[in-house]
Amino acid sequence: MTGGTFVGMPAFPEAARAALGDTQLRHNLAHATHTIRDKRARVVAEVEEWEELRVAGTAVKEAALRDLATHLEQLEASLTARGATVHWARDAAEACAIVARVTHAHGADEVVKVKSMATAEIGLNEALEAEGIAAWETDLAELIVQLGDDLPSHILVPAIHRNRAEIREIFRRRMGDVGRPAPDDLTDEPSVLAAAARAHLREKFLRAKVAVSGANFAVAETGTLVVVESEGNGRMCLTLPEVLISVVGIEKVVPTWRDLDPLLRLLPRSSTGERMNPYTSMWSGVTPGDGPQEVHVVLIDNGRTRALADDVGRQALRCIRCSACLNVCPVYERVGGHAYGSVYPGPIGAILNPLLNGVSDPQTASLPYASSLCGACFEVCPVRIDIPSVLVDQRAQVVDSHRGDAVPKPEAVAMRATAWAFSDARRLRWAHRASGGAGRVLDRLGRTTLPGGRRAAGRLPGPGAAWTSARDLPAPPAESFRAWWQRTDGGRR
Amino acid sequence: MTSARDEILAAVRAALDGVEPAGPLPPPPTVRPVDDLVGLFVERVEDYRAVVTRCAADEVAATVAAALAGGSAVVPSGLGIEVPGSVVDPSTGSGHRDGLSATDLDGIDAVVTAARVGIAETGTIVLDHAEDQGRRAISLVPDLHVCVVRADQVVADVPDAVALLDPARALTWISGPSATSDIELDRVEGVHGPRTLHVVLVE
Ligand code: SF4
Repeated sequence: MTGGTFVGMPAFPEAARAALGDTQLRHNLAHATHTIRDKRARVVAEVEEWEELRVAGTAVKEAALRDLATHLEQLEASLTARGATVHWARDAAEACAIVARVTHAHGADEVVKVKSMATAEIGLNEALEAEGIAAWETDLAELIVQLGDDLPSHILVPAIHRNRAEIREIFRRRMGDVGRPAPDDLTDEPSVLAAAARAHLREKFLRAKVAVSGANFAVAETGTLVVVESEGNGRMCLTLPEVLISVVGIEKVVPTWRDLDPLLRLLPRSSTGERMNPYTSMWSGVTPGDGPQEVHVVLIDNGRTRALADDVGRQALRCIRCSACLNVCPVYERVGGHAYGSVYPGPIGAILNPLLNGVSDPQTASLPYASSLCGACFEVCPVRIDIPSVLVDQRAQVVDSHRGDAVPKPEAVAMRATAWAFSDARRLRWAHRASGGAGRVLDRLGRTTLPGGRRAAGRLPGPGAAWTSARDLPAPPAESFRAWWQRTDGGRR
Repeated sequence: MTSARDEILAAVRAALDGVEPAGPLPPPPTVRPVDDLVGLFVERVEDYRAVVTRCAADEVAATVAAALAGGSAVVPSGLGIEVPGSVVDPSTGSGHRDGLSATDLDGIDAVVTAARVGIAETGTIVLDHAEDQGRRAISLVPDLHVCVVRADQVVADVPDAVALLDPARALTWISGPSATSDIELDRVEGVHGPRTLHVVLVE
């Protein structure tokens, strides 16, 4: 069984237009993003020194990236000393082949999986299926997505686009095909649905020989991997099987054990809006007599060194995948995750996908335009990734890559309009007000002057609104995004 | 042919050509002193809808027995608390293939363990799976986890815990019972981990 795939997704504007027509999706998304962001705001407000904490977390990740080769070599040495086998994979295909090889070596035809962005990124489930290995997702939302032959739409709550009635239907229809069926009296109560998932998956946890995980952090000094989760499916996978394979992006490394401190204080509050998530597991290679006695770590590049070489974009590799930027993004809230055509949606996806993959593909090239540059994502980011500045820089790179085209891309036209908006003080004030991002964004833009001396701002009139035509469907073109937003309460009226 | 390892490390070095390594890091903010550490710990643990019972040292065995309510229980070999009728799991290091299998554990109602440290600010208990806590599987598979924490094990915040813990050990940070909000963001306690967490706080 495989989930859906993003290959061949339409570019962002078309996909966004389709999503905007889906009222159920928009309702679910608005409910979810508002609930999570209110929770986040409450627990962040409890921490007086939140800003210092953000600075400390940023510094840890930045220090790790700036001397990445040294830390990776140290991580490899620590892991090896602790009895783990370290593999390196240049791309998705190499990483998938390593996981398949280790699984086959144990004669297993299935693996249990903890939710992991890295394994989703490399398309591991599909690759294993082609090798005759079934990959069982064990996170409740991922299970819903997988059984529904669907695509995840949010980093944290991938099934946010499904309501309880749909989930009940999916469980009734599909659970029996792949294992223990849903009970006959299954209702659409969340606790009943969760209990059905518990029973269905427990059978798989108890018999699985091989588990696959990602890692939130990898400590170079000690060889410690960290998995942060809620449901306990992570603990099951990390504890019960004999063999554990962890697929870890090279940017997950942090130099020292003590560096976990600011990150562990930042992540749960930013992510689920909790003081701490229910479970965090840490292990350093093999623990004799406890848990998997064969431990593999696959360190993957898959575009990360490409992103690392980008002086402006490098900071995107600090991302700890908390998803706070998704929940505050007015664009994400209205179009949902699928429109981004990638496992990394929302503001971070809009910069990370082009950074990892380049902008030669039209789908990826459309992503830097999937933003109004309002700056809310930067405000909430626990590791202070300046997403608006990276977006602007990425747009310039898209335009540059089409410089030789006979017919200018709409994005190039948009960039020229951007330059026009800044060419006159009155228009600049207008753009400033319309972008809703206040002076901060403009200050940052001021640092990021584009080739030819142009600069960019948020919502722009006329051709500047190139991609925004999708988001602006209900709005008359003369009305600014900001004004429209206030009038309609974010599209809900 | 160069290996993937060498190629990736070379690409990393090339990408960072001319980039200065970071200087000394700003220290993360220190922890504010807390007046009533244990009170805050209890309040924060209860916030996750875990059950907390406070008791004196000579009441521990009785409090644990009451929490188990007559169900079957597994205990680690070094627990040091009398739990009548419980199954003792062989200690860490003895090779767990000789111990109870996951399927055996699935047939047991509860587990009783000690803890390494409690974190007041976040209501978190950390297990380092020493002999009084046992290997990871025993505190995971049974549906009820009774965890005995001494008042003197409670620290103020995450940095205190990080300083105390030994990364060479497997560590499990527990903040309330297992939970999910994956269905319409309705919080449901209890998915795969123990659905009930009962903390016995010994003063
Ligand atoms: S970019 Fe920042 S806010 Fe967004 S997911 Fe990453 S760490 Fe979180």
